Amino acid sequence: MKVTVEITRRPEIADPQGTTIQRALHDLGHNEVMSVRVDRVIHLEVEGEDSAQVQTRVEDMCRQVLANPVLEDFTVEVVR
Amino acid sequence: MRTAVVVFPGTNCEHDVVHALTALGGEAELVWHRETDLSGFEGVVLPGGFAHGDYLRTGAIARFSPVMSEIERMADQGRPVLGICNGFQVLCEAGLLPGALIANRDLAFICRFVDLEVTDTGTVLTGAAEIGQRLRIPLNSYEGNWVDPSHTGRVALRYVDDPNGSQQSAAAVANEGGNVVGIMPHPERGVDELLGSSDGRVLLEGFLHSLIPA
Repeated sequence: MKVTVEITRRPEIADPQGTTIQRALHDLGHNEVMSVRVDRVIHLEVEGEDSAQVQTRVEDMCRQVLANPVLEDFTVEVVR
Repeated sequence: MRTAVVVFPGTNCEHDVVHALTALGGEAELVWHRETDLSGFEGVVLPGGFAHGDYLRTGAIARFSPVMSEIERMADQGRPVLGICNGFQVLCEAGLLPGALIANRDLAFICRFVDLEVTDTGTVLTGAAEIGQRLRIPLNSYEGNWVDPSHTGRVALRYVDDPNGSQQSAAAVANEGGNVVGIMPHPERGVDELLGSSDGRVLLEGFLHSLIPA
């Protein structure tokens, strides 16, 4: 099954990369950009038939290693 | 008394650390990250570099290296555990130090001498220094911006002029017990005037003095 994991930095944690991109966009005249956050997407292919089970397993992986609980939240989407 | 200097794939400051500790009269030995027994060591240093390529996040893969369970044991037993630069990032990922390290505020890789001020002498890194003492040693990092939403870290050293956005201007952070310390600048690169500074000596001497027989 194909699984998409999106890892997002919590809003209260600074994102220097997003801030820098926003500044560059403003320099280019795109002043309507209110905020930029750069997140991470990880695509997995996982063996399994039961999508609920795969979902749970990948969520465990997120808690264990893929996301840093100090800074980040995650969403897991089993594509098929 | 012996200090283990841990080498992950991608670590690159291990020889500097061994050289510095040895020059200060200590005994230090390189240990591969797959080692599972550190019972012959009184302390451990995780040196700088790019453990496991810094893939995923700095330190994220290194924290699962086999040697880490021994480092956790030593930390729990109150033994001195010091992470320098990338080693600091590994200790945060492992949950042995609070917080995490993110990209520098201005996204610059900072490689220059920085001025530090001692703010807590109750740690294994700062035990030989004095509160308010100023030290000048090299900083060499991209992800040195420490954030600690839990507000539980003990700041042992702070930057006099914060270069990277670190919370409380922290340059070195300790756990509650003061035996696990992470420092972003490199004390091992400041142990000889020939290198431009010998201010790192008081920190590493403090570390060596904190070693107690097993």
